[in-house]
Amino acid sequence: MKFGIVVFPGSNCDEDAYHAVVDVLGAEAVYLWHKAHDLEGVDVVLLPGGFAYGDYLRAGAIARFSPIMQEVAAHAQRGGPVIGICNGFQILCEAKLLPGALLRNAGLQYISEMVRLRVENADTMFTNRYEPGAIVRMPIAHGEGRYTADTETLDRLEGEGRVVFRYVNAVGEPDASGNPNGSMRNIAGIVSAEGNVLGLMPHPERAVEDVLGSHDGLALFQSMLARVSA
Amino acid sequence: MSRFRVSIHIVPRRGILDPQGKAVTDALHSLGFSAVADTRIGRHVVLDVAAPNAAAADTAAREMCDKLLANPVTEDYEIAKVEGV
Repeated sequence: MKFGIVVFPGSNCDEDAYHAVVDVLGAEAVYLWHKAHDLEGVDVVLLPGGFAYGDYLRAGAIARFSPIMQEVAAHAQRGGPVIGICNGFQILCEAKLLPGALLRNAGLQYISEMVRLRVENADTMFTNRYEPGAIVRMPIAHGEGRYTADTETLDRLEGEGRVVFRYVNAVGEPDASGNPNGSMRNIAGIVSAEGNVLGLMPHPERAVEDVLGSHDGLALFQSMLARVSA
Repeated sequence: MSRFRVSIHIVPRRGILDPQGKAVTDALHSLGFSAVADTRIGRHVVLDVAAPNAAAADTAAREMCDKLLANPVTEDYEIAKVEGV
């Protein structure tokens, strides 16, 4: 299986993603420059974290006009897997490949810390290697991660099982104390209606080895390997 | 074609938490401006555009807001002023 890691001016987690996918997972990966018009036959597109275009105007607002994003949208429409991590999630929302928006953290501060997440849906191509309801640890590192959408959208996401990861507290409950950024309903990650586009603020690619403080992110990549190669 | 300067106000939609606005409201209260009930902090965009007339400049600016300048999920915008330059 081949991953395509999109590199925008300002991406800074592209090499972390490459390391996770190639060195730890053992899959193939290529970098795709944002000006490219060709996905080079990759199976999975990964939009990494960072500050594409300096987050000018709004995080992800300019990046979605990069030439490669047309190819990414076409890939998603064909049912191809797309994963957006952190800034990649912001770009997917701006590109309307996922609903909602990511706003300035409620506490106004940039937060870089390990968080606890509950796997809300373990029956997606991104989470099938997790136990349903598993509590996992991954780092977050963002200033704009407060997931926001209207009530109708939130209800639809919940009803369709599209909330995949939720922030939880030390005992695994999604309350305010476990919510680092004020996200509505503690939402940390969602999938598209067809289930092939995932966006999440936490960084699974920075949680793939014990030396990083957690290896809980690895199962996400293993899930894709299991589903996409099958 | 004439040139117009279009001023646009973009603010977080009412009902959506604006933590910056809340922090500023609190600061204003501590300065004694207790009459302030709410503060919304957004962006002020000034465009210099060519258009046949002011109405066309206004229409073009609205389209730009819908497509890029404002986020339809979380923000409201208002064309504050269109003036010839």
